[in-house]
Amino acid sequence: MAITKVVMPKLSEAMETGRVIKWLKEEGDKVEGGEIIAEIETDKADIELESFGTGVLRKIMVPAGARAPVGGLIAVVAEPADDIAGVLAGAAAPSPAPAVSPSPTAAPPPPAPPKPAGTAPPPAPARAAAPVPTPVPAPRSLVRGPEPSAGEPAGVPGGRVKASPLAKKIAAQSGVDLRLVHGSGPSGRIVRRDVLGAMSGAPMPVVAPAKVPTVPGVEYQDVPLSSIRAVIAKRMPLAKSPVPHFYLTSEIAMDRAWELREELNALDGQPKISVTDMIVKACALALLQHPEVNASFQGDTIRVHYRVHIGLAVALDDGLITPVLRNCEARSLAEIAVEGRDLVERARNRRLRAPELSGATFSISNLGMFDVDLFSAIINPPEGAILAVGAVKVVPVVEDGRIGMGRRMQITLSCDHRAMDGAMGARFLQDLRRLLEEPLRLLV
Amino acid sequence: MSVMTYREALNLALREEMRRDPRVFLLGEEIGVYDGAYKVTQGLLKEFGERRVMDTPICESGFTGVAIGAAMLGLRPVVEMMTFNFAILALDQIVNSAAKMSYMSGGQFNVPIVVRGPGGPAHQLAAQHSQSMESYFYHVPGLKVVRPSTPEDAKGLLKSAIRDENPVIFIESETLYGIKGEVPDDADFTIPLGRAKIRREGTDVTVIAYMGMMYRALETAEALAQEGISCEIVDPRTLRPMDIETLIGSVRKTHRAVVVEAGAGFAGMGSEIVAFITENAFDDLDAPVERVTGANAPMPYAKNLEQAKTPSKEKIIAAIRRVCYA
Repeated sequence: MAITKVVMPKLSEAMETGRVIKWLKEEGDKVEGGEIIAEIETDKADIELESFGTGVLRKIMVPAGARAPVGGLIAVVAEPADDIAGVLAGAAAPSPAPAVSPSPTAAPPPPAPPKPAGTAPPPAPARAAAPVPTPVPAPRSLVRGPEPSAGEPAGVPGGRVKASPLAKKIAAQSGVDLRLVHGSGPSGRIVRRDVLGAMSGAPMPVVAPAKVPTVPGVEYQDVPLSSIRAVIAKRMPLAKSPVPHFYLTSEIAMDRAWELREELNALDGQPKISVTDMIVKACALALLQHPEVNASFQGDTIRVHYRVHIGLAVALDDGLITPVLRNCEARSLAEIAVEGRDLVERARNRRLRAPELSGATFSISNLGMFDVDLFSAIINPPEGAILAVGAVKVVPVVEDGRIGMGRRMQITLSCDHRAMDGAMGARFLQDLRRLLEEPLRLLV
Repeated sequence: MSVMTYREALNLALREEMRRDPRVFLLGEEIGVYDGAYKVTQGLLKEFGERRVMDTPICESGFTGVAIGAAMLGLRPVVEMMTFNFAILALDQIVNSAAKMSYMSGGQFNVPIVVRGPGGPAHQLAAQHSQSMESYFYHVPGLKVVRPSTPEDAKGLLKSAIRDENPVIFIESETLYGIKGEVPDDADFTIPLGRAKIRREGTDVTVIAYMGMMYRALETAEALAQEGISCEIVDPRTLRPMDIETLIGSVRKTHRAVVVEAGAGFAGMGSEIVAFITENAFDDLDAPVERVTGANAPMPYAKNLEQAKTPSKEKIIAAIRRVCYA
C-alpha cells in the first residue's frame, strides 16, 4: 500500500508556518481516508486536517503545540508493514513552539512532489491518478474547508486553473477541487481523465454543495465551516453581545448626488465613481467634523481618531471580509474610487495582505446592490460605529406641497453607546446627509 | 435489397418517382439523347419521352428559371447541373426566386424543384470544377441541402427531395458514382431529409464527415482502432436542415469532436458544426473541437497539389489524436 505523507497545508497566501493544536489520533491508530486526524492553527482560523491515505498513523513528526513550515512533513500514514524509514529520514525535525524558522524550504523532504517547480512547496500536493514510478509515492493530504489562495493553485503557476468544460462539470458534480488536480493536457489543461483519476485515486474532499437549484437526495448536510466563516462565528458574539448598540436611521435625497455621479462618470479619463465611493467620501468628511463618532471605547478611555480608516464590507461566497481604505480624510473622491475598487477586487480574489484587513476606525456596509431598503449592521470592535446603506430608489416624494419623484436612500448608523450618545450620532448623520444632498461639497 | 452503383441508385430514384408522379419531369444539358454527362439519366428519355426528359441549351439561368416557373404552376421539375459548379450561373434563380418565392408570395406559391448534379473535389478537375458548392447554398434560408454519401442514401434522399414541397439542392459526387452498395428495392423506400446517420459506432471521439471525407474518416477509424482509439463516424447526409440531435448526442457520448470537410475551412460547414456543438454541448467537451478542412486555396490541377489541398488520412489522424490527448 502507499505511504501517505501528511504535510502542513498552506491555507493562505501569507501563511508560512502552522501550529498543530492537537492530534486526534495517536501513533498506531487506524486512519481512514478523509478522517480528521489533527487540528491546525493558522493566522486566520483553526482548521481540521484530513488524512488522504488509509492505514495506520505510523509516526507523528510534529507534536501538539509545535509548528511546522508549510509543506513540511508532520506525520506519516502507512500500512503496518510498510517501511517508512526512508520517508522519516528525509524529513527535518520539527521546530519547537516559539523559535520558528519561517523558511518554507527548511523541512520539505528530498523527493520533491511530482509538480512543476513553484516558488514554495505546494499546499496540498496533487493527488496522483495512478501510482507514479517515483521512489516515494506522491504525498497526499487535503484540508477540509478553507481554500488555498486563488493566486497559488496547486501546480498551476499562472493562477487560473485550466480545465476542459467536461472536466469542470465532473469536478463540480463530484466535489473534486480542480486546483489540486494535475492537468495532463496541453499547457497543463485538466481533462476528464485527470479528474476521474483524482476521484479514483483518493476519497473526495468534503465541499460545500454546489449552487445548483436542484433538490439534493439527502435530507441535510453538515457543511464544515470555512476558515472565514469560523472567524465570523467566533467574532460576532464578541461584537454584538458586549457592545450596547443603538441605531439611528435617516433618509437621504440622492437626486443631486446621482446627477453629479453621472456627470463625473461621463468625463473622459476619470475613474468611474460609485454611490459607495460618494458615501465613503461623505463619511470621511463628516467624521472629521465629528471625531466623537470616529472613536473606540477602551475601558477607561475613549480613543478619538483623527484619521479616518474605513472598513468596506465585501461579500464573498463563503463569508464576509472587510478590507480597510486608509486615510479617507486625505483622499479625493477619485482616489477613493480607484483604491476602493482595487481593495474590493483583491478581497474577492483573496489577494489582500494582512495589514489591509485591520485598523479600521469606522465601517460601511452597503447592501443596496441587493435591493435591500434598510438594515442595521453589527459594529466591528474596536470601532465605535458602522453605517448600513440601503438601495437608492426612485420613490414618490412630497416637495413644496406636491407629489413628485425622487431618488432616496435609507441609511442606519449603529453606534457603541459606551463611546457615544444618540445626539452625537444624530449630528454626524445630519452632516453626512448634508454632504450627500449637496454633493459638490464632496469635491471641494 | 439489390447491390447497385450510386449512379444506378439515382437513376432508379428518378425512374420510380417519374412513374409514380406524372408531374415529375427532368431538364438539363445532355440528359436525354446523350443519357447524361455522367449517365445518371440513362434510358429515361426512352421510357418517358421528350415531354418529360428535356435537353436544354447551355444556359443554366434559363432552364432553372423555366423549372421554377413550372414548379410554381404545379409541376415537379428535377434540374440537372452537369456539374454543380455551373449552378453559379443559376444562382440568382435559385437564391432569389426558388428559395424566396414561398416567403415573398405569402405562401401562395411554393417551388417544389430539385436541383441536382455532382459537386466537390473529384479527380483533377481543377479550380473551377472541384468546388464544394454546398456552402454557396446552405447559407440561404428557404433551401434544403443534401449530400448523400451512399447508394442507399442517394436513392432514398433523392426520392424525398422530389416529393418535398420546397426547393432542394442535391449535390452528388463524380467520385462516388461508381461505388456500389445495397439499395432497397421498394419503390416507396425513402429517407427523410434532415436525419444524420451514424456510420460507425465509437466511444472516444465523434468524427463528422460526408461524401468522400466520410469514407476517409471510416478508413481512419479503422487505423485508429488498432491503437485503441474508438471513433464514431457521423454522416449528416442533409446539411440543411442539420440533424443537431444526432450530432450532439454523439458528442455528449464521446466528449470530443473532429469535423472533416473537403471544402475550404473558412466559413465552411465545419465552422457551423463547431458552433452547434459549442452552443449545445459545451459542458460535455473535454477538448476543443477540431476541423480538418481543405486548404484555403483554389483547387490545383496537379495531382500532387490536389492531394495536398485535400484533408488526408494523416491529417485526420493527427487531429483525432490531439482531441484525445493521445
